[in-house]
Amino acid sequence: MATKEFPPPVKWADDRLGIGKIGKNNLRKVFPDHWSFMLGEIALYSFIILLLTGVFLTFWFKPSMAEVEYQGSYSLLKGLHMSEAYASTLDISFDVRGGLLMRQIHHWAAILFVASMMVHLLRTFFTGAFRKPRELNWVIGFAMLFLGIIEGFIGYGLPDDLLSGTGLRITQGMIQASPVIGTWLSFFIFGGEFPGDDMVSRFFTIHVLLIPGLILALVTAHLFLVVYHKHTQYPGPGRTQKNVIGYPLWPVYTAKAGGFFFVVFGITALMGALLQINPVWLYGPYNPAEVTAGSQPDWYMGWLEGSVRLMPGFESTFWGITLSWNLIIPALLIPPAFVTLVAAYPFIEQWITGDHRDHHLLDRPRNMPTRTGIGAAFITFYGLLWIGGGNDLIATHFGISLNNVTWFLRFAVFLGPVLAFWVTRRIAISLQRADNERLLHGLESGIIVRSPDGEYYEKHSPISKYEAYSLTARDRTLPLEIGPETDDNGVRAPRRALKKVRASLSRFYFADAVQKPTAAEIEEAHAHAHAAHGHEDDHHEAVEGVTGTVEVDDATAHKVVEH
Amino acid sequence: MSDEKANLPAVTAEEDHGQVQVAEPIPDPGIEPHENRITDIDPKAADRVERQVATMFSLAGLLAVLACVGYFAIPRDSEVTVGPLTGNANNLTLGLCLGFGLFLIGAGAIQWAKKLMVDVEISEDRHPAYSSPEQKTEITEAFQVGVEESGFTRRKLIRRSLIGAMALLGLPAIVLLRDLGPAPGRKLFGTIWAEGIRVVNDVTLRPIKPSDLVVGQLVNGAPANLAAMQEDSPVEYQNAKAKAAVIMVRIPPAEIQVPPGRENWGIDGILCYSKICTHVGCPISLYEQTTHHVLCPCHQSTFDLADGAKVIFGPAARPLPQLPLAVDAEGYIVAQSGFHEPVGPSFFERG
Repeated sequence: MATKEFPPPVKWADDRLGIGKIGKNNLRKVFPDHWSFMLGEIALYSFIILLLTGVFLTFWFKPSMAEVEYQGSYSLLKGLHMSEAYASTLDISFDVRGGLLMRQIHHWAAILFVASMMVHLLRTFFTGAFRKPRELNWVIGFAMLFLGIIEGFIGYGLPDDLLSGTGLRITQGMIQASPVIGTWLSFFIFGGEFPGDDMVSRFFTIHVLLIPGLILALVTAHLFLVVYHKHTQYPGPGRTQKNVIGYPLWPVYTAKAGGFFFVVFGITALMGALLQINPVWLYGPYNPAEVTAGSQPDWYMGWLEGSVRLMPGFESTFWGITLSWNLIIPALLIPPAFVTLVAAYPFIEQWITGDHRDHHLLDRPRNMPTRTGIGAAFITFYGLLWIGGGNDLIATHFGISLNNVTWFLRFAVFLGPVLAFWVTRRIAISLQRADNERLLHGLESGIIVRSPDGEYYEKHSPISKYEAYSLTARDRTLPLEIGPETDDNGVRAPRRALKKVRASLSRFYFADAVQKPTAAEIEEAHAHAHAAHGHEDDHHEAVEGVTGTVEVDDATAHKVVEH
Repeated sequence: MSDEKANLPAVTAEEDHGQVQVAEPIPDPGIEPHENRITDIDPKAADRVERQVATMFSLAGLLAVLACVGYFAIPRDSEVTVGPLTGNANNLTLGLCLGFGLFLIGAGAIQWAKKLMVDVEISEDRHPAYSSPEQKTEITEAFQVGVEESGFTRRKLIRRSLIGAMALLGLPAIVLLRDLGPAPGRKLFGTIWAEGIRVVNDVTLRPIKPSDLVVGQLVNGAPANLAAMQEDSPVEYQNAKAKAAVIMVRIPPAEIQVPPGRENWGIDGILCYSKICTHVGCPISLYEQTTHHVLCPCHQSTFDLADGAKVIFGPAARPLPQLPLAVDAEGYIVAQSGFHEPVGPSFFERG
């Protein structure tokens, strides 16, 4: 084989950096193809868009609460006293060409950033992509979501308009209500009493330096681990735990993923051009004695807002101290508990199932009915709190009593998740049964056939061997066994109680899940179908190892239902 | 059930690095054969896609140029109106040109990848994330050699003093943040309201006589000594305003239930309460005349102003603090005293 030399600029770099070696491992790196794998890409690209548009905004934004008289071109606010932060936001919106566009792209991209991270997290959850060896990448991703939400909220606070000030006032009230350290914490964060004149400059540094820096570091780690572990793939023909099937990075994903960046940027730019967002000039400068009705935060803060809105007004006063349960519970206990559960989920599930094996093949959500149910319960809980965050708008838009909406939601946040869990799990189990039926008896063709004896039956067509394989390419995981109570010498096993809890959780986890059929069962279904009709249908091609023929008579159909 | 279990292969879930068994009961048939796309077999179709992609890229270039032209050609304050919608023409042109331009580059690249680039799936082997036994041995040994050579485990004095020093280094990191803010002190307990301070309209800054208020009216009020603070210190002004804002209402005296001890706090049904919600401090603003309820727009806490501003719905736990009123020599409404309790959201030391 003739040796090839790099072109001069590449050679120059390779001599110094050895970039050829990086390319050797990665140019033809394979990524599996599925639409759900691009959700994380949207998050990555919107983060890049945020960095680009954010830098543009910093050229004009003045992170200062010094009071100035507005003299810009928005005539309705001319002559009004306001902070430099608000005045410079107006300048960006009215006097810098393209400034409003950049502001709106920045805001839309922020909303998209958090939304895509959240949907990406759900995809990862429902397909079990968080399992070993990827638990840490789940935690990293979760940390980015958490930071992204804080980042978004702080950014929303920077223009120092009436709406953002109201959001900060609420946050300050929550901080102030924290037990023991609340007032100190609030005075330290805001540099004294609220509003003070420090918050914008402090939040600006956090917003443009600290959190983006952290997110950038985490993005790097996240992507490094994706490359190192190689991407997960859905089960299917040829897809095993030991390979990854798909298209190469160079050129297919270079074009697809690179192109997708421009698609995301293009769409956010069109949104920035056409869809107005956060028109701060309509709200006016922040005034701690004013507020607008129907105040709403950006969507990702809605569930926290709802949590606070739904809580009844409990407060305890004793020994000269006040404990505001109406804030401690909905703002300081429930959200952290919720997010900790989400962040720790891979470890919790692993403990319950006792599964310490590597998983590179994804689960179809139906094949893990309990996990899918838990996910649905979490979504329902989150969603109901989110609805609670807009209880006033629901009441005014639908003409119903605000108090009734609130009371309904106070109960629904507890009952809804339980119902969602149960319904989702049953649906998943039914889907598993449907899969097994399809596997054992083929597809319903809709063609009714009369046999020479006068018997009617529906003709079933066989499924392809590829589909049959895809349907069965999953694990048979059984509940964890805890072993005997005592060993051979009659010594009681240690930590028996904990193990019992674990075993019962594991039984709950796998309860009612439908296992895929065994080879014997497939054989039997095959044989039964033949025996029932006593004829060989020659246009049914037998699928190796699967369903030879798939006509079903009533007896078999019955049997499947019972199964 | 037990029969069914007997059929199943043992799952060695507990075992580290155990393999997940998926290729049963049906053996893995291998990757599905590649199916040709129209562009793989028909050169004309491939050429058509090439023209599509090239058109998208060219249009994107054209739009980039148009964006620049629009930037200079369209005055920054010109408006466009489409039906009920209006927008800044300069901004809109820039956004549309950039947005469609970027989108077309992306769409072109994706079309190229999907229709023209080879789409044969290929396989790559995975490698376990963990280190091989040899690597583990080698690394462990290297680490132990380092520990041995440094004497870190043997020389306890060095080890302990180093750990102690590192731990103590955390202290200055915390102490240095002390000046982030002043000590809260008693700041949250008081407002600038005091005996004899007039209640003024918070927009016109005019003092108010009882006869200025009709029954059912609500006035957003401020202390008369607030406005002068703005010149001296805008910060102190904002901070004072955030606590001192009040609402003053006139309710038919017959409908008022006066809490004990507050019999002389109102003037002919004129009552004054803190405007700052006792929940998290939003200014309360929605007043319903017929029920004398005020609603906080942030979390919908509802207070009954005719009944000592007690909470009748929502997450707030305490009534709005009431400001005792009197009339001064010139007939204007003044405060008898400051608030008798801290205003605004609760805090730990509040008592």
